[in-house]
Amino acid sequence: MESTTTHALSDNPGELGTLPDKQVLLALYRTMVVIRRTEEQLAKAYLSGLIHGACHTYIGEEAVATGVCAHLRIDDAIFSTHRGHGHALAKGVTPRELMAELFGRVTGCSHGRGGSMHLFAPEVGLMGTSGIVGPSMLMAAGAGYSFKLLKTDRVGVAFFGDGAVNNGAFHEGINMASIWDLPVIFVCENNMYATEVPFASATRNTDVAARGAIYGLPGIAVDGNDVLAVWHAAAEAVRRARAGEGPTLLECRTYRTRSHSEGMRDAGYRTREEVDEWRTRDPITTFRRHVLADGHVITDELARIDAEVEELATDALAFAQNSPWPDPATAADHIFSAK
Amino acid sequence: MREMTFTNAAREGLTEEMARDPSIFVVGEGIGARGGNFNTTTGLYELYGPERLRDTPISERGFTGLCTGAAMTGARPVVDFMFLDFLLDGMGELINQTAKIQYMSDGRVPMPIVFRGSIGIVGASATHHSGNYYPIFTHLPGFRVVVPTTPRDAKGLLKTAIRSDDPVFFLEHKALLNSKGPVPEEEYLIPFGQAEIRLAGSDATVVAIAAMVNRTLEACAELAGEGIAVEVIDPRTLAPLDIDTILESVHKTGRLLIVDEDFAPSGIGAEIAAQVMALAFNDLDAPIARLNGVHTPTPYSPSLEAAVIPNTKRIVEAIRDLLAE
Repeated sequence: MESTTTHALSDNPGELGTLPDKQVLLALYRTMVVIRRTEEQLAKAYLSGLIHGACHTYIGEEAVATGVCAHLRIDDAIFSTHRGHGHALAKGVTPRELMAELFGRVTGCSHGRGGSMHLFAPEVGLMGTSGIVGPSMLMAAGAGYSFKLLKTDRVGVAFFGDGAVNNGAFHEGINMASIWDLPVIFVCENNMYATEVPFASATRNTDVAARGAIYGLPGIAVDGNDVLAVWHAAAEAVRRARAGEGPTLLECRTYRTRSHSEGMRDAGYRTREEVDEWRTRDPITTFRRHVLADGHVITDELARIDAEVEELATDALAFAQNSPWPDPATAADHIFSAK
Repeated sequence: MREMTFTNAAREGLTEEMARDPSIFVVGEGIGARGGNFNTTTGLYELYGPERLRDTPISERGFTGLCTGAAMTGARPVVDFMFLDFLLDGMGELINQTAKIQYMSDGRVPMPIVFRGSIGIVGASATHHSGNYYPIFTHLPGFRVVVPTTPRDAKGLLKTAIRSDDPVFFLEHKALLNSKGPVPEEEYLIPFGQAEIRLAGSDATVVAIAAMVNRTLEACAELAGEGIAVEVIDPRTLAPLDIDTILESVHKTGRLLIVDEDFAPSGIGAEIAAQVMALAFNDLDAPIARLNGVHTPTPYSPSLEAAVIPNTKRIVEAIRDLLAE
């Protein structure tokens, strides 16, 4: 049995290991910025009435999806949450496909069937975001079961929030993955609130990583705003899974700096000071500061990415706005397989 | 032709399919070395080992969701609930995930998964081991619902269920598990959506479901002595429902009774009646009748249990009432 270790949260990005090479650093930066810029467009589009349903942004939490998905191949499967834009983009959905989906267009990744909470792109291993809290853990365990049964080295990844860890799916999914040594990474994005319910009022023991010991699997806590900390921890979790050593529970402590859902009030359950304090720990600005200060990358390199991504997000907006609506005649297609 | 029990025929179908396709695996409580509470997997563990015959913790919600994820990623799970009542903990996964993934992915993610379990009121099993539940699943878009009544059908329909890329409920009435019947030696599959006429007749049509098929045939044997010729239809699959076979029969007989051990309100009989009314109103010589189990949780005591299930006597009476209309 692996011993369970819980790393102390670090104030210094990258402290948990040596820095990855420059191409990796730039790729991590780019993914975070793609998520941020795309969602900023989405937030504006929401105000303009271009998004017809819910829009839960991931702003402030980008380091988690970025650091985990950097280790995944296109044939690895991720299962996500109602706050899944970042996971989708980090796994390879394009800003165009994401934005068009929220706009309800046929060019969206779910062809207009899903919206923000039902993003599907099996071509890149996004096996669905979900409007229900909890199932991602079970379905990722199932992907792990498939991959083991079929004798591949693919892995399943479940993203879920702190709100999901008191749901039965957490217990049942992690327990089964552990007893059967399934290649799964359980990524808890602990952003401290289930909508507006503080985590501390939902459980007596707020140390999610410590729960790993209960199920006999490693539970690792990292600073979820530090993309390098996430990247290092995920590297080991993915290595373990691919090597047949079983699942890992990864708790990434992070914070959502916008309201639960666009258009919702964001007051009464947390203080302005708390939000401002977390803004100073923004995953993108802290990463920039760190890699520039150490001289690993130069400002120009980041600026080139900024400019490229800005254009990408603008292009995505135009693409989504100009895309056709789905044909109403297809509203009941694909309830069953064609077979 | 050789004779087999319903359970052994279904297990032969499962064995053949597992030999044919290594991506098939079975999960359930005691379906490994134990061979399943109802012998659904006897002998298979020795052939295919623990990964393909996976004994589970008592986590019905968990393994329903797990197998849903497995079906999305290349495997073909068969989930053996033992008693279908045990599946109810997994309803959120079934309804919100399993049934909807093909649609939400716009046909890009298949859902080849079979949920099997015993149903029905038998032998003082009482209310946590007696449910039928199938109208819940026929109501929802995305599920196939199979209720075989003969050993031959059990095998042929289970093989079709396993090869289907849709989620299929394969529901085995406990009163039928040890019943024997002819099963072909050669391989065969039975397609979904094809009812079987168990008895031909021209005076009235009875659609009977699951264990009610045999009860109805007993009732019809009694009436045949009086020269009453009833046509008995076994739908075999409730979703899809072969309404055409029912309509053809009603066109001939002008009278329809639906016999179902499950409850009447919002049930299969209500659906069949509505469809026949809409599509063949002019063929009807009498109001469509239903005979159902009593709308109550299932009692334990044999005297109470017998009171809630349609028996041969009640079926005879219901047919007589229908003919008197």
